[in-house]
Amino acid sequence: MVQQILFLLVAITATWYAVRQFGKIRRNVLLGKEEDISGNPGLRWRNVLLVAFGQQKMFTNWIPGVLHLFIYVAFVITQIELIEIFADGLFGWHRFFAPRLGWLYTVIISFIEILSVLAFVATVIFLVRRNVLRVPRFHKPEMKGWPFLDANIILILEILLIVAIFSMNGADILLQQLNPYVYHDTGPLAVSSWLGPMLFGGLNESSLHFVERFGWWLHIGVVFGFLNYLPKSKHLHILLAFPNTYYARLTPRGKMENMPEVTKMVQGMFQPDTAEPPVEEEIPTFGAKDVFHLSWKNLLDAYSCTECGRCTASCPANLTGKKLSPRKIMMDIRDRTEEVGRKLDSKDPQYIREELRGEGVALSGENFGDGRSLFDYISPEEIHACTTCNACVEACPVLINPLEPILKMRRYEILMDSKGPTDWVPMFNSIENGGSPWQMPVSRDHWVNGD
Amino acid sequence: MNIKTMAEWAAEGRQPEILFWVGCAGSYDDRAQKVTRALCKILDAVGMSFGILGMEETCTGDPARRAGNEFLFQMMAFQNIATLNNYGIKKIVTACPHCFNTLKNEYPEYGGNYEVIHHTQLLQQLMAEGKLKLEGGGSFKGKKITYHDSCYLGRANGVYEAPRAILEALDADLVEMKRCKSNGLCCGAGGAQMFKEDEPGKQRINEARAEEALNTGAGIVASNCPFCMTMLSDGVKAKDKQDEVMVLDLAELIVRNNSL
Ligand code: SF4
Ligand code: SF4
Repeated sequence: MVQQILFLLVAITATWYAVRQFGKIRRNVLLGKEEDISGNPGLRWRNVLLVAFGQQKMFTNWIPGVLHLFIYVAFVITQIELIEIFADGLFGWHRFFAPRLGWLYTVIISFIEILSVLAFVATVIFLVRRNVLRVPRFHKPEMKGWPFLDANIILILEILLIVAIFSMNGADILLQQLNPYVYHDTGPLAVSSWLGPMLFGGLNESSLHFVERFGWWLHIGVVFGFLNYLPKSKHLHILLAFPNTYYARLTPRGKMENMPEVTKMVQGMFQPDTAEPPVEEEIPTFGAKDVFHLSWKNLLDAYSCTECGRCTASCPANLTGKKLSPRKIMMDIRDRTEEVGRKLDSKDPQYIREELRGEGVALSGENFGDGRSLFDYISPEEIHACTTCNACVEACPVLINPLEPILKMRRYEILMDSKGPTDWVPMFNSIENGGSPWQMPVSRDHWVNGD
Repeated sequence: MNIKTMAEWAAEGRQPEILFWVGCAGSYDDRAQKVTRALCKILDAVGMSFGILGMEETCTGDPARRAGNEFLFQMMAFQNIATLNNYGIKKIVTACPHCFNTLKNEYPEYGGNYEVIHHTQLLQQLMAEGKLKLEGGGSFKGKKITYHDSCYLGRANGVYEAPRAILEALDADLVEMKRCKSNGLCCGAGGAQMFKEDEPGKQRINEARAEEALNTGAGIVASNCPFCMTMLSDGVKAKDKQDEVMVLDLAELIVRNNSL
């Protein structure tokens, strides 16, 4: 009874807190500009199935691909076991499904156990790879501190989960012989049937009972902990990879997003009579200075980032020692979004834009202004170094597009601030006045007479 | 070879089969002009009628757009589309993947709808139709050639096979670099980098890519883009290998093979 109440309390608190956190993430993502992303559901579901569910892109490099698959499949399959853990926890049962499913139960739990062993091996290899082997993409400047710790915490949680599963099942196997009335026969389990006696053989019933309960509570504890840790971690990708691949861009990679507000103005210059008469509105912000000017999809991208660094490892600018790192761009966007979110939660009126402050005005996404922006995170030096080569977009295992926000920030710099590399000024002038990026003394068709 | 402008075709009341969009590099850059002329020679040899815009062509606006100057880009777009539509253009070939990408993917938004193909695609088509025959046992037979995927033909538009089909038809020994096709490394010119100094770093991108090309041991680096051409040639020169290794466009390889 005590255990049931305790379980109920833990479950409710953990779920409530997790729902709140996920709600905030949703709110934060929607701080971005509206953008209609729809059409072609067939292709979109295909992306979800192949890229998110099937992890297609992870197999570009097959060793980490396979290891990651072990952890992922083990994680997904273990959730089946959770159904039973929940039922047992709420109703005070023990292994509710064991007598009801019979041999099928043995098969399912054995399958989970084998996957858990594979996941254990993969996790240990990943820990070594991250901490001992020093794969360069895990040790770029943006990975110092929290991101590095975050990656290790997750791997350690994974190990704890596996420890929990085997203590729970291993002790159970021994208890089944001592007290078959309470501990239902599970049949021979693939791993625990030999690992249990090896580790816990010789313990008396009460110690075994303790080990079994320890495993059970650790298991559910890790699961609840994980659920609440996700929103703060790069591990959010295990959930967001699905919507993110669904909403990924389907247009050719080379096509830059149009700016309809510019089209309207330029059209007005070319066809003054057909253009709509200019309405007096607020001058729009061209490009992106802050998260509010990015699209919600850009922000979803940022929250989906696994911080794996495949983008950065393929970026020509980063490879040749420039400061630009597409992964850092995504991490910075997430950090800035979180900062804005925290400030909105504080409801502190000092974050209302000065001209909009007043009696009874509440802080909201519309009137927010804390005097900071994405440019406090991302320097012009970084965005100027991009060759728009799309290597980062191609490399990303969850279909994130780091190039789009870079280009939106360039647009802001040029169109709103009239800044940007000084070398570009003569290029702009030549295009405008001579129709070519170079100022040339000869005519455009003089090549016809060459050779 | 008589290269006619669209204005001249129109004056005769006729339409050529295709418009050759030469692009700024193809018009002004000494090295790229050779590629422009190579393509004209091939079209001439296979008897495909084509026109150019000549003085009426201007920059597509690609570098301005990628630099962030959307106003300038759209001004160029509207201007070029007016010219193209005025001549009733349906089909365009270009030897520049940046022009290709902009004309094909970005102009439709402003009312410019054309069938746009890159010259390597056209050359592959002409070969497949039997109109362009590569003389077997030509000068590239068995020669080690490596091919550099430009970002705007490759990743941006997914064209990886047409250029390789040409190398195969030349009977060349294609040696791929470690990073190739969708994994290819940029030459460093795109995104308006061509028109500015590099940010501080350890190395220039074009030198890094030239190194990868040189490591294949190939005597020829085949390219499909005038900007890659400049970048890789400079990279090869920086490694002091310009006497052993040539950077050539695929159209130039065909012209040399068939002695056009
Ligand atoms: S598109 Fe820009 S950021 Fe992405 S890999 Fe290429 S140079 Fe790097
Ligand atoms: S953007 Fe994609 S490739 Fe880059 S670190 Fe994030 S998940 Fe990895």
